[in-house]
This record gives sequence, C-alpha cells and structure tokens, in this order.
Amino acid sequence: MKIVVLVKEVPDTYAERLLNLETGLADRDANDRVLDEIGERAVEVAVSYAESHPDTEVTVLTVGPQTVPATLRKALAMGATSGFHVLDDALLGADLMLTAEALATAAERIGFDLIIAGDVSTDGNAGVIPAMLAERLGIAHATSLNSLEISDTDIGGERETYGGTITLTAALPAIVSITERLPDARFPSFKGIMAAKKKSIVTVDLADLGIDADADVPRSIIIAVSAKPARSAGIKILDEGNAGQQLADYLVQNRLV
Amino acid sequence: MTELAVDPVLVLLGVSPTGELATNAAELLGAAARIGTPVAVIIAGPGHGQDAATAAGARGAHRVLLAETPYVDSALTAQLVDGLVTAYERVNPSAVLIANSIEGRDVAGRFAVRTQNALAVDAIGVDRDAEGIIVHHSVYGGAYDVDSAVTFGIPVVTIREGGVEDRAAAANPTIDSLEYVQTGRTAATIVSFTPEQARSSRPALRGATRVVAGGRGVGSAEDFALVEQLADVLGAAVGASRVAVDSGYVPHSYQVGQTGVSVAPQLYIALGISGAIQHRAGMQTAKTIVAINKDPEALIFEIADFGVVGDLFTVVPQLVSALTAKKE
Ligand SMILES: Cc1cc2nc3c(=O)[nH]c(=O)nc-3n(C[C@H](O)[C@H](O)[C@H](O)COP(=O)(O)OP(=O)(O)OC[C@H]3O[C@@H](n4cnc5c(N)ncnc54)[C@H](O)[C@@H]3O)c2cc1C
Ligand SMILES: Nc1ncnc2c1ncn2[C@@H]1O[C@H](COP(=O)(O)O)[C@@H](O)[C@H]1O
Repeated sequence: MKIVVLVKEVPDTYAERLLNLETGLADRDANDRVLDEIGERAVEVAVSYAESHPDTEVTVLTVGPQTVPATLRKALAMGATSGFHVLDDALLGADLMLTAEALATAAERIGFDLIIAGDVSTDGNAGVIPAMLAERLGIAHATSLNSLEISDTDIGGERETYGGTITLTAALPAIVSITERLPDARFPSFKGIMAAKKKSIVTVDLADLGIDADADVPRSIIIAVSAKPARSAGIKILDEGNAGQQLADYLVQNRLV
Repeated sequence: MTELAVDPVLVLLGVSPTGELATNAAELLGAAARIGTPVAVIIAGPGHGQDAATAAGARGAHRVLLAETPYVDSALTAQLVDGLVTAYERVNPSAVLIANSIEGRDVAGRFAVRTQNALAVDAIGVDRDAEGIIVHHSVYGGAYDVDSAVTFGIPVVTIREGGVEDRAAAANPTIDSLEYVQTGRTAATIVSFTPEQARSSRPALRGATRVVAGGRGVGSAEDFALVEQLADVLGAAVGASRVAVDSGYVPHSYQVGQTGVSVAPQLYIALGISGAIQHRAGMQTAKTIVAINKDPEALIFEIADFGVVGDLFTVVPQLVSALTAKKE
C-alpha cells in the first residue's frame, strides 16, 4: 500500500508566537520550527500500519519553507520511507486554495492508496485542507477520526457529529484526517535517526507541478493585523485559611456571581 | 424590524440526525444579518425539516431552502455540499457562512474548491465596508486580531462555534423546497449513528459565560466532582486541561485550549491547572480569570486577575460554602 502523510512545519507553541504586523505572516524567527504534533500522530498511524504490512510505502508530504527538510527528517526517523517537499517563494503566505492545489497535485505525482492528515493544524487552525484535497482528487474523505482501521481495500473509523458519534467507512483511495485521540507519536530510535540520514527528500517547485500561483482565481488576503495588549497579573493571595472566603467576596464585589 | 441590506447571505445550518437544529444556528444567522439578509440552507433527516426551518426562523432566517434526506447509509457530507452548491447558484449570495464544526469544515473545503471561491476560516465575525465583506479572526490564542478579505468572488467563511455575539431578530421565513442536483461524487458512507448519552443540564462549554475548569491538580475522576460542584453554584460550564482529559477525568469534549475548545467567558476559574501556553490559548481572552494553584510560580498566575496560592481541596470547598451562603 502507498500511504501519503501530510505533515506541516509550524512554530513551536511552547513559546509565544508572533505575527509580523505589516504582512500578517508568522514571524518565522520568533519560534523554533517543529513538525506539527498532530502531523506526528498521523505519521505514527502510517508507520505502525507499515510495521505490520511490510510492503507499505510511507511518503511524508509537505508544502513549506526552506527549513522543512530538517523537520521532515524527524518523520523519516520515525520510520517513513521518503519525503516530498513543495518549496516555492510564491507559496509564502499562500492561502488555503493554493496550498490545497499544491498538496493535491503533489499527492497525485507521488501516487497513493491512502492519504493521512491531521484534523486541524496548529498555526492554520483551518481543518479544511483534507476535504479540499478530497474534492480536488475526486476521492472520499473521512475526517476528524477518533479511531481508524485500515484494511487493504478500505478504511473505517468513528467521529463526532451533532448529538453523537458516527461510524464511517470508505473504499480506498481515500483521505482521512485524525484527531489527538489517536496515540502519541513514538520517539525516533537511534537506529531510526541514522537510517533517516540516507532516506531521500524530493524537492519540487510550483513550475514542476504545473501550478501557476498568479492564476486568475480568488484569493483570501490579510488586510489588517493588530496585537492585543498582553494580559497582566492581578491580585495574588496566599491561602492562610480564608482564601475561599476572600475569593467569594471578590466574585460578589465584581458581580461575577 | 427594519429591513437590512437586501444582499442574500447563505448560511448552512446543521441538523442532528435526531432532528435538532445545531446550537450554532443563532450565531451563524446573527453574523449573516450583520452583512445582509440571512438565507438558510437546511438539509434534515426525513420528517425533521419543518421543525428545523421554524427554529431557523426564530433565530433570524428570512428564507429557508429546505431538503430532507436519510442520514444513516448516506454519503458523508455529499448531500450538504450538493445542496449548498445548488442553493448558491439559485440565490447568488454575497457570502456563504458555515459553522467551523467538523462537518462544517468538510462542507466548506469541498464547496470552496467546487465553486472556486476563496475561504476564510475560524472567523469570529463579519462586517461590510465600501469595498466589500471583511472577515474578523482572532489568532494565536487571542493574541492578535486579523482581518481578511477575498480578492474577488465571494468569501466562504467558517464561523468559530461560540465565537460570535451578534444575534438576529426572529423572522417569519418563507420556506422553499430545495431540489438539488446530486453529483454522486465518491464519498465515505455513514454506517451508523450513536446518540450521546443524556446531556447534563449544565451550560455547554462553547459560548458559556462562566467556566470552571480542572487540571492535573484535581487528581482523579472522582475528585472532579469538586470542580462540578463549584460550576453548579456558579451556573457555569465545566472545562478541563488536556492532561485532565487524557487522564480520563472527564470526556475529551471538555478540553479547553489550542487543540480543544476556545472560550471567552465573563469568568474563567482554573483549578489545579498550570497555565501552559497551549491551555492559555483557549481561555486567555476571558474577561476575568481566577486561578487556584498550590505552586506560586504557576504560569496561570501571570494572567490571573485573582490568584490563590493554595490547595484546591481546601480552598474550593470553602468557596462553595461561602457562595452557597451568599445565595441564601
Ligand atoms: C500541540 C499541543 C497542543 C496542546 N493543546 C492543549 C490544549 O488544548 N489544552 C490544554 O490544556 N493543554 C494542551 N496542551 C498541553 C499543555 O502543554 C500542558 O501539558 C497541559 O495544559 C497541562 O495540563 P495541567 O495544567 O492540567 O497539568 P500540569 O501542567 O501538570 O499542572 C498541574 C497543576 O496543578 C497544580 N496542583 C497540583 N495539585 C494541586 C492542588 N491540590 N491544589 C492546587 N493546585 C494543584 C500544580 O501546581 C500544577 O501547576 C497541548 C500541548 C501541545 C504540544
Ligand atoms: N502546508 C501544508 N503541508 C502539508 N500538510 C498540510 C499543510 N497544511 C495543512 N496540511 C495538512 O492538513 C491538515 C489540516 O490543516 P489545516 O486545514 O491547515 O488546519 C494538517 O494537519 C496537515 O496534515
């Protein structure tokens, strides 16, 4: 089976993330660049399937900046077979339509039976890329799965819906996205890290994929950005036996009850 | 009621398999009313359409395009996208608003690609100026306000659940049946639906005005009862940190934070939560933040309006009885 996993490099959320107030784009130097945690989980799903199905090929695919190969190595060290990187200046600040076009075209180029994505990316917070790819590729989507079973011919899983849970199945080829409910990603082993050094990452640009970033299609653009003033600390008391009472008084005085 | 702009704004409203109009309908219609005339698209299970349409009217839909179709055994999302595309062609709206829910995001993604319109996601409001429609977003856990617009075409907007304050005046909608073209695109099949067990009488987390949340410091599922007790005296919703959820204290749907629910209540009380940046991302826009934590260095105190350094197992019971006494 050929599995393509969509992973994204994002600013590490363990530090405050910054936006450039003129361009509205992420300040790439403000944070370490890491593989999105949900993408690591998606890699975990693919790699653990591959462990029990030896003729599985796992390609990690990403659209992102020059720093990407370093983060892709982590996925390779976890056990992915190879990487595929779409790199192009025209993708800086790309909107969802352009990103989806690039990912869909690249996935077709790689070839796949199954595409696995994260449900929502930490920086984009969009959660729409998987459905956009499904529409472009003419395949089924099964998104935000809290559980996932993969067989040779189809996938199945559960997801939340209004008022309950639904069980889904789809014939392959298909695209799925997974939630945090799936297992944590493994830590790459030393052997995995060494092996990753020899694995290949293919880099292509938009011209290679036959995509014109300036095509006459509507784009979503940022027109204004402003920073909210940071919050500051207020009163802090040490409990000396009556903090519960003091807190109750505070809530009453401030009409919060 | 004064008639707003005539521009139709198409709003896709979700209906549960048991026929309930999704709770986000009021905010979707509220947002739509701000920029035009709300026209709802409703695709409900057999026999549920009329009630859903009436409910949509009460929340401000001026017109409802209605279809009914079976849910289980049907193709995931396909009916909604096909129906919405037909409605879009029929109504020619100036924007399409869809809930930023799991289902809504799927519809939005497919709809934008199929109709070749640009997408604006996770919006907390929409407005209109001389140049067109502006979409408001709150990003990086509320640290920034960002406005976006589309270069041409119409914006397809997903609206954050619990993120919009606007509400539309009730309307008496015209209800038209929506005969849509089924494109029969490849889709996943819905095999079964399991309704959630009876929901608690507490307010829902999304959009709640008061939230009491517990973290690892609460220590166990049994002790989470203390968090719930405080929530109940305050009439608050219950939330949790990711660690509390992962440890099985409460269901996953309680998670507040970057990868959980974003809340912006009047009052947020954090019990035994350290205030990791990813947790703060989902609650730091609360009006008033209260924290009880035994570690004086806990990060949560950096953003707390009222912080108590102490053991939650002594402070919370005292707080609960003091509040109960005040109520009587
Ligand atoms: C990509 C990503 C996404 C994430 N998304 C989220 C998210 O959406 N939501 C989220 O919450 N986290 C999220 N996290 C996890 C986050 O980093 C923290 O691990 C988590 O928030 C910590 O939960 P906690 O505060 O309950 O636990 P801890 O950090 O362990 O804090 C427990 C606190 O309880 C206090 N305590 C212990 N006993 C008592 C007592 N008896 N009385 C008073 N205080 C006591 C301790 O002093 C401590 O401060 C995410 C992480 C990543 C990497
Ligand atoms: N630039 C990208 N490169 C690779 N995968 C992506 C990219 N953007 C989004 N994805 C995938 O789509 C999922 C949802 O992302 P989003 O729609 O941006 O929230 C992510 O978890 C990834 O799996």
